[in-house]
This record gives sequence, C-alpha cells and structure tokens, in this order.
Amino acid sequence: MSASTITPAPEAPISKPLARRPRGGINRRSPLGRAATYVLLVIFLVIVLMPAYVLLVTSLKSGREIGVNGQWNLPTEWTFASWEKAWTALRPSFIRTFELAIPVALISSALGAANGFVLSRWRFPGADVVFTLILFGMFIPYQAVMIPLRQVVHEIGLPPGIPTLVFVHCVYGIPICTLIFRNYYATTVPVELIEASRVDGAGMLRTFASVILPLSAPGFVVTIIWQFTSAWNDYLFAIFMSNTRNGPITIALNALAGAQSPDYAASMAGALITSLPTLLVYIVLGRWFIGGLMAGSVKS
Amino acid sequence: MTTRTATPTPPRTRPSPSPGARRARLRRWLPGLLLLSPSLIVLAVFVYGLIGWTVTLSLSDEHDALGNKGFVGLSNFVVLFTEDINGRFTHSLKNLLIFTVVFMVGALLMGVLWAFLLERGVRGEGFFRAVYLFPMAVSFVASGVVWRWLMNSGTGDQAGGLNRIFHDLHLGFLENPWWTDPDWGMAAMALPAIWQLSGYVMALFLSGFRGIPADLREAAAMDGASTYQLYRHVIFPQLTPTALSAMIILGHMSMKMFDLIMSVSGAQWITEVPAVYVWQTLLTSDYAKAAAISIILLLLVAVVIVPYLIYNNRVERRS
Repeated sequence: MSASTITPAPEAPISKPLARRPRGGINRRSPLGRAATYVLLVIFLVIVLMPAYVLLVTSLKSGREIGVNGQWNLPTEWTFASWEKAWTALRPSFIRTFELAIPVALISSALGAANGFVLSRWRFPGADVVFTLILFGMFIPYQAVMIPLRQVVHEIGLPPGIPTLVFVHCVYGIPICTLIFRNYYATTVPVELIEASRVDGAGMLRTFASVILPLSAPGFVVTIIWQFTSAWNDYLFAIFMSNTRNGPITIALNALAGAQSPDYAASMAGALITSLPTLLVYIVLGRWFIGGLMAGSVKS
Repeated sequence: MTTRTATPTPPRTRPSPSPGARRARLRRWLPGLLLLSPSLIVLAVFVYGLIGWTVTLSLSDEHDALGNKGFVGLSNFVVLFTEDINGRFTHSLKNLLIFTVVFMVGALLMGVLWAFLLERGVRGEGFFRAVYLFPMAVSFVASGVVWRWLMNSGTGDQAGGLNRIFHDLHLGFLENPWWTDPDWGMAAMALPAIWQLSGYVMALFLSGFRGIPADLREAAAMDGASTYQLYRHVIFPQLTPTALSAMIILGHMSMKMFDLIMSVSGAQWITEVPAVYVWQTLLTSDYAKAAAISIILLLLVAVVIVPYLIYNNRVERRS
C-alpha cells in the first residue's frame, strides 16, 4: 500500500486544508439538503464499517456458529477461543514484524531527512533532475527488480528473513521519505535561516544538526508512521524473501487464512490482530498518518 | 508552489568565473552531494541497476534454474503475446484492464462524493473523515480475509456473506458469484480496493477543495452564481490537477495490485493479473519469462508515471 502523491495542486500544508472550516458561510444549504447530506454520510459510514463488524463478530463466535445461517448476527455465545488460536499461530511473526518495522521506520526517516535537506536547502546543480530520478523508485512495480534482488541480497550475505526485509524496505523507502522531508523543509524552513547559519561560518553538517534537525520533528513523525505502516503491511517483499518461519505477520496470516476451507473465526481474529498496531497508530496519530498519505501535496 | 524559495546558491554571474570563484561554488554544494551520495548509489544499483539486470534476463533464454544460456532478443515478449498457453498473458492483461477501470471509476466516484459531502462543513466532519479513511491503515492481506468471506460465491440457500444479505432481503437477483465469475469476476475483485482507497481519494479532494481561495467562492456568490454554477464553473475546474494526481496514483497502484488478489482468491487462473503471473512463473524457475512479464508491467506503469514526474518537475521549476 505504498500510495503517495506528488500532487501538483496548489494546496496549503496538510494541517490547514483538513482543519475545520466554520459552518454556514457562503453556501448554506437548505434544511432538506442538510438532512440528505447526513443521511448519505451515515449510509456510507455503515458500508465502510461493515467489514469491521463482520471481522469482530465472526472472530468472537464459536466454531459451531460459523455456518451460513445467522452469519450476520451477533454471537449467541461469545468466546475468545479463536483469538487464542490466532494468537498462538501469529505470535512469533507478530514480534518479528516489530523487529522489521521499527528499524525500517527509523533508518528510512534518517536517510530521508538528510536527503530532503540537501535537495531543498543545500542544493547543487541538477538537484531537480536527481530528485525526479529518486522519485521514480517509489512508483516502480517491485517485480521489475525482484528476481535479481533476491540473488543480490543473498550474495551480499544478508541473513534471510527479517534482516533482508529491513534492508530492502530501507532501500525502497528512500524515495518517499526523501519526498516528504524535501517538501517539509521547502515549506517550513526559511532560506534566510540557512543563509544566516552560513554567514556564521557553519558548514553543512553543522547547519543540518543545529538548525534543521531541531525543526524536523513533524517530518519525522510523518515518515516514521509511513514507513512503519508500509513495512508492517507489506506482503510483496515478504512473500518473495521470507517464509512462515522467518517472515512478517502478513505471511503468517496468509498461511492461517489462506487454506482452501479456512477457519473463518480464527482467520478473522488473526486479521484483527494483524491490523491492531497500524490501526492504533492511525487512531492515535491520525493527523500525521494523513500527512504521509498527502506527502507532496505540500509542494514548495 | 506559490512561493518558490530561492536556492542558497548565489545568482550565477556567468562570464567565465575565476578558478577561485569556481572552487568556492564547488565548496558550497559539494558537501550536499556527498551527504546525498549513499542514497544515490544505493538507488542507482537497486532501482536502475536491477531493472537493467531484469531487462537482460528478459532477453535471455534462462527458462530454468540451470543458468543463462544465451541472448534471444525479444522472443520472450513475442511468445507472451502470441504463443502463451491458452493466451494466459493476454488473459491476465484483460483481467487487469477490467480491474483497473472498475477500481478507478469506483474509487474516484466515491472519494469525490465523500469530499463533496464533507467539504461544506458538517457536524462531526472529523469523525466521518477518520472512519472513511481508516481502511487505508489496514493491509490488503488482512482486509482480504473479510472480503473473501463477504464475497462468498454461494447463492440461494447456500448464500453466504453479501449474498446472504441479498437473499434475506429478497433481493435474490443481486446474488452473484463475485470474483469467481469467469468473465466479470475482476470487477468484483475491485470492490475491496475501492473500499480501501476511496477514503484516500476523499482526502486528496478535500485538501483540493480547501485549497481554493475563499475569495473565489465569495466573488462567485457576489456575481449571483447558483450552487451548481459555483461548482461547475469555479470549483471543479480548479480541481483538475487534484483529479489528475488521483487518477495517476490509483492507476499505477492498480497495475501493481498483488496482495489483494493473493489474499482474496490466491493465485489462480480466473483472477490472474501480470503481477501474480510473475510470481507463479518464478515458482517454476522460468526466470526469463518472469522477467519479461515484469518488464511489461514496468513499462505499463512508466507510461503513466514518467510523464507525470516530468510534468511535476516542470511545474515546479516554472513557479
């Protein structure tokens, strides 16, 4: 799910367009139109939440209740048996996925900050072309590199499983993190600040460390969330470079749920367990999550 | 895009700079290039280098694990289009086309509608927005589990999932085999993708709507424009760039779609797209063929993305 954009639209920074606009205003609607709006919004709300309802309800049913009848009903007898079963199956990979997603988030963000700084505020001739070449890397279908990639990571001696995946996620996360930081610095760090630092005789690293980094927290939050979520949710790299014994949770979930006649209660409990960390991130840090999605709609 | 801030480099006064000045300029930007260089080298190798390697593979006859035997030109590509058993490759392209059209139209319609409904300020906007967008936080592998259940192909008394609802509501005519339909199954396969990405389109368009200056709306209101006229002639034309990016993002995601299909149906003929075909081909160690499919996939994406990147670069430089 590596969706991101380099929207050319002249939008304002992330927080502003999504902030509330005072109600009423110039195009106030009729009461009828207003009611219709709310009815539609609620209908869509129900549709969007329907899969979540199914997941929750089914995961709490006992095996006997999973037939075709009453599929949509609440459980007659609530049980956590399927959650236990799913947790037993997923626990090792759950822990491994943290070992994957946390280093990826930190390393990618550090690289992104350095690159973004150079490409926005310490530019060199041809920086725009280089930036475009970097960006291309985030849109490619990874199948186009996957066959030799497996060979290369093997030959440079990366242990299979999580270490290999950390490496590839860091590499292919460079473009998006660079993009986010470049646009962030271009919109929030005034050039005068850099010039002043230069006049004071500070070199590049000094300027980066003492002027730029202290201003970078929002950028880091966005890239850390973005990379954490991407690495956590990744399935493509995982299936090509790991297996159920050494791979992340998406592989384990697919093994649990992918059988011909799967145990739906356990599968759905497993899907919920798999989604919990990223959902938590979304609920707690939603604003910055959206920041990652909108990356680049913040154009300099 | 409005305030394109100047680079720290001083205005270039061209007439043959003295060696000293040249060295000074070099000292200015060289450290930046050095800081960037690890990433550049890594990307040069792992993006461009490996793509080159895959191209080479696709032009070879390495059809098994025994290694490269020779150069065969474009024949792997020709074979895919002409001699592939049962037209498997063209079938996967047809699937991809159906999926892409349904997915893009669906997600754009939903997203624009949601943004439109939320745009003019409703109570609880933040809540609706958060719920509409939450599927983005979930992986296709996880949501695939529930969509597989929802799109149960049983009908009548055997109906499950969504068909069960249609059955119980006496809307039997709506019951359908979903993705197991050999002709239009891919349209059903697009439903989970629409569910997942509509919120994203909404967020893009909301931010587009909000980027339109308030005085523009006010001016239109002063001129006595109706709500319809306001949207038709003032607001929507302003959103063309937003729509373009949304289409490009969705389009390129669609072409790469892999996780969703693998988790809803698994790898099988009826829902095969090129991205899945690559995986299936690799399982048989036919590297040359897998590479050829990958390169076609890359070209499909590049046709969309490269002009977009160049356009973006230009727009930025102009401002």
